[in-house]
Amino acid sequence: MECLYNPSLRGKPVSVCGSVENRHGIVLASTPEAKKFGIKTGEAVWQARQKCRDLVVVEPHYERYQRFSQAAHEIYADYSPCVEPFGLDECWLDVTGTDHLFGSGKSAADAIRTRIKAELGITASVGVSYNKIFAKLGSDMKKPDATTVILPSDYQSKVWDLPASDLLYVGPATKSKLHRYGINTIGQLACSDPDFLCRLLGKWGITLWRFVNGLDSSPVSPAGSVPVIKSIGNSTTCPRDLTSEDDIRITTMLLAESVAARLREQRCKCRTVQVWIHNTDLSGRERQVRLPFPSYTAKRIGDTATGVILKNWQGQPVRGLGVRAQNLVLDEYPQLSLLPEIKEEQKQEDLEIALDHVRRRFGHFCVQRGIMLTDTRLSHLAPKDEHTIHPVSFFQ
Amino acid sequence: MLKVYVNVTARFDTGGNMTPMSIIWGDGTEYEIDRVLDKRRAASLKAGGFGDRYTVRIWNRERYLFFEDGRWFVEGKE
Repeated sequence: MECLYNPSLRGKPVSVCGSVENRHGIVLASTPEAKKFGIKTGEAVWQARQKCRDLVVVEPHYERYQRFSQAAHEIYADYSPCVEPFGLDECWLDVTGTDHLFGSGKSAADAIRTRIKAELGITASVGVSYNKIFAKLGSDMKKPDATTVILPSDYQSKVWDLPASDLLYVGPATKSKLHRYGINTIGQLACSDPDFLCRLLGKWGITLWRFVNGLDSSPVSPAGSVPVIKSIGNSTTCPRDLTSEDDIRITTMLLAESVAARLREQRCKCRTVQVWIHNTDLSGRERQVRLPFPSYTAKRIGDTATGVILKNWQGQPVRGLGVRAQNLVLDEYPQLSLLPEIKEEQKQEDLEIALDHVRRRFGHFCVQRGIMLTDTRLSHLAPKDEHTIHPVSFFQ
Repeated sequence: MLKVYVNVTARFDTGGNMTPMSIIWGDGTEYEIDRVLDKRRAASLKAGGFGDRYTVRIWNRERYLFFEDGRWFVEGKE
């Protein structure tokens, strides 16, 4: 996409990377030319530069990606009412029963690819199959601009030779566990005894065995359906190490404000606040605390999170922090109370809802807490606007 | 090719449709659009970007005029 906006980059090894100055310097995406040098998503920019001296590094433009994603969804909507997003740039479409309109699944896929190329100027790879797992596998098999069809009659010849790590939910840990027992390909996984896989990987073993034998039957969700939210969290890698209590207070409050505003948008309150702390050696730990009553105020969540972090902090520099609201309850029928602490909380809720309106109209930074002005470099972050991603799970 | 942003005079009808009427170049020269031949969403691979692409006829020559994010641009020469 960056090559579309800057045609002079076409044909060059290009990687989209986070800001090195703000210590977000990892590779987020690369062109096929960069991938040829062995550059992988997630590695540090300096590692990527070591592999390719002429690598062109460009910064990400999230708003642009969201706009493209939305435009692509508008195209998908012309082909099926069942469109289930999987991240920002992937989707499943159920085109069952549309043969009389668009022909076979492959014809529909080719038509979608052609339209994406003409209307958005980018390429897309599509997998066509009878279940979501093989469709996803197929879309990764031929890139960047191709359609791969996997049928019940030929999935063994097309899929079983692929490495097991190509499968959804086979990460490095599962891969090494399987490798210990000589299971390296999808075919070997498919021919394994499901009881053995269950003993090795628990219930995931059975799930993976069903995946590779083409037995996944999960439906594609209708477009616009919202999965049930179980938690809302924000985290950040700070532009510099946090070394004082005030540093931690600023960052935690920033994250808590975003989490609380998102909770209010969803009309949910949380009963548990979880925090995670990353040290400079990238080691980390998590702590959680239960609130006395459900809340969606930044003050309550932020104070609780700051308290639990400072209680577990021994003065070592902190590289990153995260705050997550869990154990959510719907805020449909708030219980009125005469108890002073609840009344105080409800007053705070009114204040923060009013702040939401002001920020919606005039931007996040029009109203800030006093402590944020003591270190503007640290506090110049609006996680809700700039850093909200929606991680998706196959199992919704 | 360069992405050249231009001023455009457009007409909005009662149905909410927007039709470009003329292009005003950077030096102030105004080029009247004789006819809008086509409108569709398309990418500009030459200048970079995507949006509503108007195929317009100006002085008997066909040109692409793009409307992207509230701004108009044409594919200019280097």
